[in-house]
Amino acid sequence: MSEVRSAALAEQFEDLDQQHEASSLGMWVFLATEIMFFGGLFAGYSVYRGLYFPGFDAGSALLNVKVGALNTALLLCSSLTMALGVRAATLGKRRELATFLVLTILLGLTFVGIKLGVEWHHDYLEHLAPGINFAYEGPNARAVELFFVFYFFMTGVHALHMVVGVSILAVLLWMTFRGRFGPERYNPVEMAGLYWHFVDIIWIFLYPLLYLIGAHH
Amino acid sequence: MWFGFPLRPEQASTIAQGIDHLYYFLTAMDLFFTGIIFLTIFYFAIRYRRRKKDETPAQIEGSLPLEVAWTAIPLVLVVVTFVWSSSLFIRNARPPTAATEVFVIGKQWMWQLQHPEGVREIDELHVPLGRPIKLTMTSEDVIHDFFIPAFRVKKDVVPGQYSTLWFQATKPGSYHFFCGQYCGVSHALMRGEVIVMQPQDYERWLSGSKKAGTMADAGARLYEQYACITCHGTGKGPPFVNLYGSQVKLQDGSTVVADDAYLRESILVPSAKIVAGYEPIMPTFKGQLSEEQILQILAYIKSLGAAERKAGQE
Amino acid sequence: MSTTAVAPTTGVNYLNAQYGIRSWLLTTDHKRIALLYLGSVTFFFLIGGAAAVLMRLHLIEPQGALLEPATYNKMFSMHGIIMVFFFLIPSIPAVMGNFLVPMMVGARDLAFPRLNLLSWYVYIVGGLFTLYAVVAGGVDTGWTFYTPLSTTYANGNVMAAALGVFITGFSSILTGLNFVVTIHKMRAPGLTWFRLPLFLWAIYATSIIMILGTPVLAITLLLVALERTFHVGIFDPALGGDPILFQHLFWFYSHPAVYIMILPSMGVVSELVTCFSRKRIFGYSFVAFSSVAIAVISFLVWGHHMFVSGQSVYAGLVFSALSFAVAIPSAIKVFNWTATLYKGSVSYQAPMLYALGFIGLFTMGGLTGLFLASLATDIHLHDTYFVIAHFHYIMVGGALMGYLGGLHFWWPKMTGRLYPDGWARFSALVIFIGFNLTFFPQYILGYLGMPRRYAVYPEEFQVLNVMSSAGASILAVGYLIPLVYFIWSIRYGPPAGPNPWGAKGLEWETPSPPPTENFEEVPVVEEEAYAYGEKEAHVV
Repeated sequence: MSEVRSAALAEQFEDLDQQHEASSLGMWVFLATEIMFFGGLFAGYSVYRGLYFPGFDAGSALLNVKVGALNTALLLCSSLTMALGVRAATLGKRRELATFLVLTILLGLTFVGIKLGVEWHHDYLEHLAPGINFAYEGPNARAVELFFVFYFFMTGVHALHMVVGVSILAVLLWMTFRGRFGPERYNPVEMAGLYWHFVDIIWIFLYPLLYLIGAHH
Repeated sequence: MWFGFPLRPEQASTIAQGIDHLYYFLTAMDLFFTGIIFLTIFYFAIRYRRRKKDETPAQIEGSLPLEVAWTAIPLVLVVVTFVWSSSLFIRNARPPTAATEVFVIGKQWMWQLQHPEGVREIDELHVPLGRPIKLTMTSEDVIHDFFIPAFRVKKDVVPGQYSTLWFQATKPGSYHFFCGQYCGVSHALMRGEVIVMQPQDYERWLSGSKKAGTMADAGARLYEQYACITCHGTGKGPPFVNLYGSQVKLQDGSTVVADDAYLRESILVPSAKIVAGYEPIMPTFKGQLSEEQILQILAYIKSLGAAERKAGQE
Repeated sequence: MSTTAVAPTTGVNYLNAQYGIRSWLLTTDHKRIALLYLGSVTFFFLIGGAAAVLMRLHLIEPQGALLEPATYNKMFSMHGIIMVFFFLIPSIPAVMGNFLVPMMVGARDLAFPRLNLLSWYVYIVGGLFTLYAVVAGGVDTGWTFYTPLSTTYANGNVMAAALGVFITGFSSILTGLNFVVTIHKMRAPGLTWFRLPLFLWAIYATSIIMILGTPVLAITLLLVALERTFHVGIFDPALGGDPILFQHLFWFYSHPAVYIMILPSMGVVSELVTCFSRKRIFGYSFVAFSSVAIAVISFLVWGHHMFVSGQSVYAGLVFSALSFAVAIPSAIKVFNWTATLYKGSVSYQAPMLYALGFIGLFTMGGLTGLFLASLATDIHLHDTYFVIAHFHYIMVGGALMGYLGGLHFWWPKMTGRLYPDGWARFSALVIFIGFNLTFFPQYILGYLGMPRRYAVYPEEFQVLNVMSSAGASILAVGYLIPLVYFIWSIRYGPPAGPNPWGAKGLEWETPSPPPTENFEEVPVVEEEAYAYGEKEAHVV
């Protein structure tokens, strides 16, 4: 190697461009596997929704659309702050980056808090947790239970992705304070941003699928 | 038979020969291509063996005509096979309308077979020669599979669903049937014999066997015992006469055919499909009726007359 | 071959650059990780193989010679789970792929070396779960985990085994991701897509399947675990679920997984056939694109596992037609390999014998696949020994022959040592004979109607079963011989030199064993793959 290698350059790569392209392709490929992962769930959900529509309709009616809508709004805002954060990182504005990361983390945490603390807690008190205390009386009890199985599983897996995302952002925040990012090196922020947007998009599909089936009375 | 060593099972049903012919064709095709590949490899490997340590053969990039040829020839062959096989499959899939229905219940690890006349057998099935037999099958626990090699028929037996299988035996004798789908510890013991008899012998066997009354009679008793009659006999619920196979109008405006699956669902999950003009007041009988009892009620409903439409089709 | 820039074998290489357990367990060198995988997949192969030997011994007698039916069921379940998920799927990608992908593209390492090490640890953790399931009483669901047997009725350690498979899935996802990125972004200057060795095309197609298929298996197994733990009806009809949905989801991954196992072997065979006939591959682009075609079609044929499950006739027809379609790219490959020999300079060293064995056995296995793609015959053959014979011809006669061929081919590169060629040829012959004796009778058994997974069977099937068991014992010996001489060669084998076969390809431009950074200078590629015509043409 004749030229001096940048400290940000891992040894298997030739130059920063190659490294950057490799990591963003890697992220996209990872997101492809994530899509297939959720895709399996969506497929199962759709099959049963078709089979047991009245039960799924009844189950969906038991969810709180307004809280769900609030959460959707929170996530959309967090996507905005994340995007602004990435922009700040590419421009090398450390303070701004830190601010937006903090905002995104807070929005994410609020989402998870509402999801688990308000919605799940409420469902649990209503005896809607399958396998734990499910006790729904009605014509389609089995189908409603199945709906709640999917509801808890899908929102649970999504919430897990949120928690992972928040942890990643926390690490990035710490790295920002340590001065690890600059206009030369903002790759990790960009990748985390991709992941964060992906998790948001999954929710954009989950919300209508779970909350907005049929009419709410 | 090949020097007294069997290469295929007995051909004992009307469809066996057709399947065997396709099988022979596929085998011949296999042997032909395997032969060509083996011989060519041997020939090339010997003819063009390395003679000098550092020889460099002339390089060949490939040949478009050859590529086209060995894409097109297999393509034609698989299309021919596909058409042949699929038409045979479609023909074999449809049971003749006049088939005698036998009910089959699989459970870990035995087969229970029930003739319409009420004779019940365990791991043994007596059938008359030359008459089409249709099996309506379900399982009480896991997925099983009813497989009669000599007849070349097989179908999964799935809990919560009815699957059907039909055959017409052409040769008297005793033939194995197996559970084909792995179903737990004693899977390998879940097998039995189909005994094909001359029709007159079959009638004698049937009349000599202990009967618990016909399936339909047993169903009729359940009809009273479970008080189905209080609604379905009084107009509070849909009547059963000429119900089987008919088009049923539902509350939401759609129509369904009253086949086995529909009737079964209506007994176990009455709220799933409400017939137009009736109140959704029927309780579920899930857990109260065994698979066998449900089949008896179905037999009873069928005995009250069936609509013209062929029921039980795919 | 170019001997110009090659350092003597006594120099520093990836094996002796560092010593000690830590230097292995914390390594990010793709070559060392490949060896870690080699050790672990060999370990699992021996366990899975031992289970197979016990099964074949047991089946010598119709009433069963050795085991209780329950134990027999655990044996075939363990054999399936271990061989599929812990041997065949990782074998060529994780061992040879790890070793060769960076070298073949002319890079110093994979794109994400730490992720690569992580994938090995993930694999080991998954393996430990599965081993725990085996030791703590076994699993008896078969490798297919069919519901509701697996979720409600089976007593064994279904959870531990399913979790093991679930975890290991992430190892193949990470491996596939690493390969895709490396092949896309890290090729040496001049190494265009159509100059890539066909092994890389095959690995690339395999990686795509790993990336897109494995997550679906993961979610399916999670749902099984959920149902088993909380008794909620996802797949069990008694609780309102649909058992057939499980089969759809399971085979959506597990049929493509078959191509995860066979495609890399096809790649290996392309390398071997060209090298040992000193010929450019016949119809490069046809062989390359047939790999991609197989990968694409593989996602559209899963329904052929369900022809007798009550699936609609129309679905059956579509899946049957698509399954027949797989025959075309497979046939193209076989014909092109055969044509590569034409007017070549064919030598019969051990790797070539394995490659030729592969072509023969794969041809037989592939053609018998037509019987199962065809609806009318599949009704009779489904779940019989015919199916067992068919997929063992593909998985053992195909995938495993290719794996062994590749191992014999690149062993000198990996270790810097030569093994005794005579013994290696002998073992190839023993394996070929033992294999056919084991599995050919099973085709006939299947057509006669013997169902698979039977611990006891009617007496008329005994003769063929005994033949099969006799073959299995020959096969077992055949597999043990290479194990012995490979281990022997590490210590006593003569030094191999950088390129013992006179092969083309960037990996042969390095010393054997290669140095940690693979290439001192980034190589520049100026010729097509397999340029055996230009005698001393080499890479600068």
